[in-house]
Amino acid sequence: MTLSARAGIVSILILVLFLGAWHLATSGSSSVQQMDPEYAKLMGITATQGKSAMPGPLQVGATLWKHLTNPFYDNGPNDKGLGIQLAYSIGRVAIGYLLAVLVAIPLGFLIGMSQLMSRALDPFIQVLKPISPLAWMPLALYTIKDSNYSAIFVIFICSVWPMLINTAFGVATVRKEWLNVARTLEVGPLKRAFTVILPAAAPTILTGMRISIGIAWLVIVAAEMLVGGTGIGYFVWNEWNNLSITNVINAILVIGIVGMVLDQLLARAAKLVTYPE
Amino acid sequence: MPMFDNPFDPKRRLTSGCPCGQHKSVAEHDQAARLQAQEVAASEDKRYENVVAGTVLRAMFPQDAARRAFLKTVGASTALAAISQFFPLSTATEVFAQAKPIEKKDLKVGFIPITCATPIIMAKPMGFYEKHGLNVDVIKTAGWAVVRDKTINKEYDAAHMLSPMPIAITLGAGSNPIPYTMPAVENINGQAITLAVKHKDKRDPKSWKGFKFAVPFDYSMHNYLLRYYLAEHGLDPDTDVQIRAVPPPEMVANLRADNIDGFLAPDPVNQRAVYDGVGFIHILSKEIWDRHPCCAFAASQEFVKGSPNTYAALLKAIIDATAFATKPENRKQIAESIAPANYLNQPVTVVEQVLTGKFADGLGNVKNVPDRIDFDPFPYESFAVWILTQMKRWGQIKGEVKYADVAKSVFLATDTTKLMKEVGLTPPSSTSKSFVVMGKTFDPSKPEEYIKSFKIKRV
Repeated sequence: MTLSARAGIVSILILVLFLGAWHLATSGSSSVQQMDPEYAKLMGITATQGKSAMPGPLQVGATLWKHLTNPFYDNGPNDKGLGIQLAYSIGRVAIGYLLAVLVAIPLGFLIGMSQLMSRALDPFIQVLKPISPLAWMPLALYTIKDSNYSAIFVIFICSVWPMLINTAFGVATVRKEWLNVARTLEVGPLKRAFTVILPAAAPTILTGMRISIGIAWLVIVAAEMLVGGTGIGYFVWNEWNNLSITNVINAILVIGIVGMVLDQLLARAAKLVTYPE
Repeated sequence: MPMFDNPFDPKRRLTSGCPCGQHKSVAEHDQAARLQAQEVAASEDKRYENVVAGTVLRAMFPQDAARRAFLKTVGASTALAAISQFFPLSTATEVFAQAKPIEKKDLKVGFIPITCATPIIMAKPMGFYEKHGLNVDVIKTAGWAVVRDKTINKEYDAAHMLSPMPIAITLGAGSNPIPYTMPAVENINGQAITLAVKHKDKRDPKSWKGFKFAVPFDYSMHNYLLRYYLAEHGLDPDTDVQIRAVPPPEMVANLRADNIDGFLAPDPVNQRAVYDGVGFIHILSKEIWDRHPCCAFAASQEFVKGSPNTYAALLKAIIDATAFATKPENRKQIAESIAPANYLNQPVTVVEQVLTGKFADGLGNVKNVPDRIDFDPFPYESFAVWILTQMKRWGQIKGEVKYADVAKSVFLATDTTKLMKEVGLTPPSSTSKSFVVMGKTFDPSKPEEYIKSFKIKRV
């Protein structure tokens, strides 16, 4: 048996164990006081049957199936299907992320190629980088005056730093020999940037992009919980509002899967530009 | 003389304690007004005609005394017939009744998913916005600060707010000062103090030292009522207990997690805590101050002045919906239409218990309090004055406060009076009224003395 097949079996075992433990932990019901039937009618099942507020895996599975079979329903501005909410979130992430790419990569090149700019911009980057993206939210709402653009701005500001730093690092650490070869062949600066530096720095740049997309996806959920309206973050908030843990778990699953897909896409892209020396 | 009084009535008293002259005393007038407020007028045409005829008659006889002499000699119906001969009353009535064009049909109104917003929410599924020619989207919002920012940013044309918020925004407390208006109160009563089940034997507030309480927002009736209640029982709300602002949806989760001991919160949060078996209702807020205002319908002064017809139509829809919600027999139907995920996102039975007042209290009793929540759109200016006294009492605003001016410019009682008449309701005769909070009468004309009378305060 190959290693990956064995790993797969272990993975499945862990999953089964986890689901089994989850099922056992939530299926029990604690003791309840006797209630007047009229009173009991006004109460929820947590109170009347002592059922755990935590749903079991079967319940979560059933709701997940319901969401998957009808992902695009639209019952007005505050109640849309999971598919529509995901589309909103992915759209916001895509716009904010692409804007960040447009800014970070050229700026990273500049910093990487110029010692002066690198030194001059360094203090700003060091200060701005560790700020939690959500801390920007009130400021963004106040200045941009539009919650949707604010969410996009927050995605932009959080995904710009890893790309910027990685691009600068990648560009600055291109091997001297290659640059010297280019110089002896009298390659112009623009041609040098595109044919020598860019391919050499591409793997590092893509690593930065991969880190960024992960952060962007982390942040969008929190940002949407804050501003509300649409998106998977809003969905989580809305279901939390209803104390529906079942739906929250569903959303967590979906968020995880989409995050994984985004990450894998960039990992593939990184492979495409990496050459063995 | 108010515009909608009947100037053809020669018996109308010119002076009396009662502002409309039809009752012996102010109390009797108020009583009649309350009764009438619950009835929607039968025919709109008739009403407009009366208004127009009255205006014409008044134009001909500007002096009340002269008009009365004329009416006494010829009789009201002859007078009306005589006027209509040389003045086209029906045409004038038509012109008046024709609604002015609405500047902006598609509107966005923000709300927080609590039963206080009932009129704003139900006006959508039950068609009150449509009836007044508007296409409104009601947008659920995550918290009060976000509602405030989105309304200031003009993403929302108007919004559901806590009634102290428009005052705070206008004064610049907790935000930049922006002239704000509050033309209608949403609900009165409808809040409660809920405690964790483990405290079910600690019903005396004196034993609450060290408790952690949650309120929805710093600038909320909840905060002021809870502080008032605690202070009346000798607890200093700033030092003896801890009060934090927690968004309503997070309250039940926090109560379950034992992060807080209780909260004074809007419904359905209280009922939801009971429904899930984590809390019990200690008292309803009506036991602190019966018929206190809570949430409000608010819009920026810019919107009110910039699109006056849209604003009028929107406010009319809200007032209309509020009148519908006042009637107990409609409450069940309302609960069903606002419980779905698009609006409150709560089990129907929870919303129904709040609106009908037949509810489980979390201690094993079924209670029946029909006015647990009620709806009355009228923004009495004295409410604003009371809120200002509490803001000052707890140090949220400092220095001299122009109570009456702020109250008048934020709580648009006169606008509401006019529009309530247009949708066929009888507004109260006075824009201010005195009321009792925990046995203590509040006189809106003496706010400073009121603040001074409290033992526990931050002034």
